[in-house]
Amino acid sequence: MEISDDLIRRLCDLARLNYDEAEAASLKKDLQRMIAFIEKLNEVDTTGVEPLIFLTDHLHPLREDSVSSDLPREQALELAPDRNGSFFQVPPLKTA
Amino acid sequence: MSVFRNVQEYHAHLLVGDVTCEQVVSAYLDRIALHKHLNAFIHLYAEEALHRARAIDARIQRERTLKRLTGVVFGIKDVIAYAHHPLTAASRMLKDFRSVYSATAVERLLQEEAIIIGSLNCDEFAMGSSTENSWFGPTLHPLNPDYVPGGSSGGSAAAVSADLCMLALGSDTGGSVRQPADFCGIIGLKPTYGRISRHGLIAYASSFDQIGIFGKDIADVATTLEVIAGPDEFDSTASPLPVESYQPVNNPEPPSMKLAYMKEALDHPSLDREMKSNIEKLIDWLIQKGHIVDAVHFNYLDVIAPAYYVLTTAEASANLARYDGVRYGYRASTEEGASLDICYQKTRSEGFGKEVKRRILLGTYVLSEGYYDAYYTKAQQVRRLVAEEAYRILHEYTCLLMPTFPTTAFRLGENMDDPVKMYLGDLYTVFANLAGLPAISIPLFRHSNGLPFGLQLVAGRFQEKKLLETAAYLLSHGSTI
Repeated sequence: MEISDDLIRRLCDLARLNYDEAEAASLKKDLQRMIAFIEKLNEVDTTGVEPLIFLTDHLHPLREDSVSSDLPREQALELAPDRNGSFFQVPPLKTA
Repeated sequence: MSVFRNVQEYHAHLLVGDVTCEQVVSAYLDRIALHKHLNAFIHLYAEEALHRARAIDARIQRERTLKRLTGVVFGIKDVIAYAHHPLTAASRMLKDFRSVYSATAVERLLQEEAIIIGSLNCDEFAMGSSTENSWFGPTLHPLNPDYVPGGSSGGSAAAVSADLCMLALGSDTGGSVRQPADFCGIIGLKPTYGRISRHGLIAYASSFDQIGIFGKDIADVATTLEVIAGPDEFDSTASPLPVESYQPVNNPEPPSMKLAYMKEALDHPSLDREMKSNIEKLIDWLIQKGHIVDAVHFNYLDVIAPAYYVLTTAEASANLARYDGVRYGYRASTEEGASLDICYQKTRSEGFGKEVKRRILLGTYVLSEGYYDAYYTKAQQVRRLVAEEAYRILHEYTCLLMPTFPTTAFRLGENMDDPVKMYLGDLYTVFANLAGLPAISIPLFRHSNGLPFGLQLVAGRFQEKKLLETAAYLLSHGSTI
């Protein structure tokens, strides 16, 4: 299928990546090739086949619901790019 | 001091007392310094490793006992967490990140007194087949610096191959342990999905990812598996099945084995002719030795890589959503007054490399409205067909024999212009990941171009014991085949 600039713009938006005019052409070519590659799946007849989702036989093992603290707040905050007291700090939440 | 052939030999010397862990660590550090140009390590823990070695030496002096991995020098792929050490995923996104906890696999290595000498280079977030997609630059092939060591665990393979550590951990989502092991002429094991806890392994595609082991000695690989495998309360997908002894019994003339190979795999046009004829010779040899080696048909060879790329990029696009520059990792600087959304976008665009962004976008595409059923559901259906076919074959046969990769190692830059060209090479390795099967690449061959290559063995789920036994048998006859 044909990859339009609009589609690339929409994917970038969904994935929270910049749409870069300079990179768009080569990205378009790459995605075109990648999508052509995965379209080979259409050659397989999968009528009535149940999708395989989990690779494990032991789904949802249960354990005691006990309180524990593995990561103290101060240690977690040490990794933050920006903080304010005991909070992570981010730029204002508003539309661009 | 030369390096030891295996843990058993090393431990014998440790007990006699004619070598110390400190001497061994020093020897590896000397070799690492001599091979700096390979760029196998991202971070080296030299002082700390020496310090730990001295502490272990003192304990041995006192107690005269050894644990299963006492003093054994490991490197770990830089997607596996080691508490209070850097964990970068070879990405700008995490270049200054330090983990606050250890992976369960690392924790278990340390409990058996292993020494971790450093973190090993890889493709960014384990996405790639050549270790060229690293923020820290490519790793070079230890036998020829114009060639790639494979990937994504290329640093792990290069380090073990060049004797910069005794064993290494890697991760294998679609061949990232077996393919670099194949390129570098060493052993690379990917256990059954769920055999080793993924706790502390940076997630790429959670229904595929599995920690794997690099080594030169099959018994060492088995010991490492025994140590790190098993259930884990931090990973509900880690199997509760008990860990058995995986030590291969040394039997030069074992009873007749029932093996198979896929006809389509050996006849595939991408497979190097000389490699094909070497594998055919091996099959003839096995038959002469009284083993059964049947050709079986497998109809999905050309669709397993496409199914793999749909499912893994979908999972990756979700798993990598967490890198937003808020709680940890890289955050781009934004202009005063810029919104949170702009901050996310800039952070992710600057923090991720090209291949990671391509895969996130493809994953976003296959999961987006209107395309979900056509690609994602379809690929899950193909996954079931592949898995059921694989289980059927491996119910009848102990192991499948196949190439690990269609060619020997390729040149740096050779496959960087077209992502699909790189993906096509994965056709032999993604099979085991789609079906969750254990698989191993063992170094049996050398090509007339001078580069080594391996044979891949795939066994039924949780049949690591049989897989390693078959591998040990072939390795013990290696030069005579």
